Parts: sequence; structure tokens; C-alpha cells
Amino acid sequence: MSFIEVEHVSKEYISEGKSFPALKDISISIEKGEIFGVIGLSGAGKSTFVRCLNYLEKPTSGVVRIDGTDLSELKEAQLREKRQKIGMIFQHFNLLMQRNVLDNVAFSLEVSGMKKKEARKKALELLKKVGLEDKKKAYPAQLSGGQKQRVAIARALATEPEIILCDEATSALDPETTRRILEILKDINKEYGITIVVITHAMSVVEEICDRVAVLDSGELKEMGYVSRVFKNPHSKAAKRLIYDSERSVG
Amino acid sequence: MQDPGISVLFKGSNFIRLLEGLSIALRISFLSVVISLLLGFFIGVLISGKNRFLKIVYGIYLNTVRIMPQMVLLFIVFFGSTRVLGINIDAEVSSIIVFAFWGSAEMADLVRGAIKSIPVHQFESAASLGMKKRTIYLKIILPQTLRRLVPSSINLVTRMIKTTSLVMMIGVVEVLKVGQQIIEANRTTSPNIAFWMYGTVFLLYFIACFPISRLSKSLEEKWKLA
Repeated sequence: MSFIEVEHVSKEYISEGKSFPALKDISISIEKGEIFGVIGLSGAGKSTFVRCLNYLEKPTSGVVRIDGTDLSELKEAQLREKRQKIGMIFQHFNLLMQRNVLDNVAFSLEVSGMKKKEARKKALELLKKVGLEDKKKAYPAQLSGGQKQRVAIARALATEPEIILCDEATSALDPETTRRILEILKDINKEYGITIVVITHAMSVVEEICDRVAVLDSGELKEMGYVSRVFKNPHSKAAKRLIYDSERSVG
Repeated sequence: MQDPGISVLFKGSNFIRLLEGLSIALRISFLSVVISLLLGFFIGVLISGKNRFLKIVYGIYLNTVRIMPQMVLLFIVFFGSTRVLGINIDAEVSSIIVFAFWGSAEMADLVRGAIKSIPVHQFESAASLGMKKRTIYLKIILPQTLRRLVPSSINLVTRMIKTTSLVMMIGVVEVLKVGQQIIEANRTTSPNIAFWMYGTVFLLYFIACFPISRLSKSLEEKWKLA
């Protein structure tokens, strides 16, 4: 059995009496310790998909199993506990602007009942991990995008997750900064064996760090396989288009 | 030489009377502001939820308050209540009712706007860290909402203080009315009195409102990093 199992998941949004399908019958299995990419253009359903993995969005139908646990069977409190094991980082970092870097990382630990001193000690260790210990007293407004994302990674690591979901985590960053963030994610993956799911619209990100990739288009899973295979020999139109576009933008 | 008019200000108990008038204006302001901020915040949180019915009721409320001049509201409450309901509401109480009614509507709208302006990601990232809904609202959403509220709500407060000058229309003798009374009594002896008196009233309002806008400014400075 795989670590993350998504079986026949569909999601519909109801708006003004009409329903819009965001995901159509998606089945994906992700192994423990894998770095898995989900790629697609905007509106393809990637963000909805990744939110189904920690139940920020509940699927309309289908099953999401994390380490054998069906998320739909969890009670509110159990789900929160599960979510602590599933870290998430976002395109817009979402740091608390009124708290400094150290407190941003320590905050979730304090909220879950850890003593302030202990939480800060742990937060500092995590900041070292992402190379930002000298910025611990800085406020998010004083940091660059890449630094903010590193704080967000440290924060996601604070609850000792087994999975990290990256929702367009590098989309607001320049290529050089993107590479550094991806390096950090790779390190984390290797060092802690954390499974990472990367949502992106950039082929280069998938190429850089992912083992396998799924191609989403208009809410449908078009293709899935090892990155090298999908790149060399894309079967679906959607994959071909993504690869062709990225090559054109590079050349 | 003509009396410059300023001496009238200190004749008899004139200045004390002006200050008394100011204290009435400030009392009405203070009470209605406190009620408005609290009630408005509560209403604002309520209408930020999903209840359609509440939203419709609030929409009618807000538009009524916006369309109707405050003076008309004052007349309706003060004179109308006696006629229609047969109860006698004190002029000062009427004023507080009207200003709180107005302030709460505006405040609720500010709160609604501030809550809406917090990006949904803030909620999502807190939830993804496994926080309780209550914790998310109290520790993440609320502090950011309050910060965003400071400039606009201070603006509302000073607008309310200024507008209390209308309450003399229903017979409350506040600072502006006292000023007019002094002008009437001294018009013949010092023709310039109107200028000096209204100037003084202006200064008194300024002294009352200025610290409040300073406070807002310093809070904004303090939270600049936010």
C-alpha cells in the first residue's frame, strides 16, 4: 500500500446553482519518501488537488488515504492532528507580518501547547536548517521572497511532518532563488525522508526535483510517470504542450 | 477703539459654560462611540458569516443610515418617539441612540471589509499547521483585522465627534449652542464676537479630535512592519 492514496477523487464547486467540476475522478498513489510533482496550467485543478490531500478541501466523492488512514473518517480533532503531520507551504508564504521570524516558526508549537522557551529553541534549530538563524529577529517585511519562503519551510517543519505539500511554492521567486529553495526541499527529503508533493506550472521545477510527475488538465489526470519518461516521450496532448511551451520559453 | 471680542470669552462664566458645552458634546460622542465600536464589531463579525438573511437585514440597515441625514434621524427619534410611541426620550439619550445607530452600521461595514481583506491563505496555512478554528480566528485573523481597522475606525470616531454639533437642533446645549448663546448676548457690544466665538469652538473641537488622530498615526507607525 502506498503512503498517499488518492482513489477516484472528484471535486465540484457549486456557484449560483451551477456546479463546476474542479477534479474529475483522480487516482494517484504516492510512495513514502518520494518527491512527486503535479503539473498543469492555471485552472487545471492542481491547487484543489493538493488541498484534498490535507482536507482543506473535502472531495465531493472518492477516498484520500494518508498512511492507511481514510481522512473522511477522522473527527475534527484527529484531522487537526493529522494535519500537523502534513506541512504545507504556499506561493504567498503567509507569514504573520506582526511577528518576527523566530516567533513565526515557534508560534504553531506554542499554540499546540509547547513551552515558549522550548518552542523557540526548536524554532532556532529549524532556522539553522534553512540557513536563516541570523535573521531570527527580523520581521517578514524586511526579508526577500526567498528568505520568506525559507521561514515558511522552517515553520512547516516545526510540527515534524511526514509530508510537505508545496502549492506553487516557487512561483513568486526568480530562477536562482527557486533553485535554492528546491535544494533545501531536496535536503529535507533526503535527511528526514519526508514525502514531498510539489504543485507547479513550471516544467523546470519538476525536472529539477521530482521523481514522478502527474499532468493535470481541466481537472483530469492526463498522464503520470517518471519525469525522465514523461519528458522524453510525452503521450498526452497536455504534457506535450507543457513541455513544448517550457522549451520555447527557455530557447 | 472697538472691543476686539476676545475679552467676551472670559467675561463672567462664559469660558466655563463653553467647557461645559464641550463636555456634553464629548459625553455624547464617547458613549455613542463606545457603543458603536462594540456593537459594530459584533455585527461586522456576524455578517461576515454565511447567513444570507442577516446580510439582507444588515444591507437595509446600512443603506437607511447612509441615505438618511443624521439630522433627520435625530428628529425622528426625538420628536417622532413622543408623537408615535408616546414616550418621552431625553434629548441627550436620543442623540446617543442616533449616533450609536449610525456608528454601529458604519463600523460593522468597516469590520466586514477588514475581515474580507485577510487573504484566505492565512486561514489555510494556519489550518494546515493543525490549528483549531477558534485559535485561527482569535490568534491569526482577529489581530490582523484589528490592525487593518485602526485608520478607518479612527476616521469614523472623529467624524462622529464632529457631527455631534447637530444635536443642538433637538435642544441639547452643547458647545456650539453655548457659543451661539454667548454671541447673541454680546452681539451689540462686540460686533466681532461671532468670529472669536466660532474660532474658539473650532479650537475646542480640534483639541478634542487631534489626540485621537495622533493616536491612530502612532499606532500605524508602531505596526508599520505589519
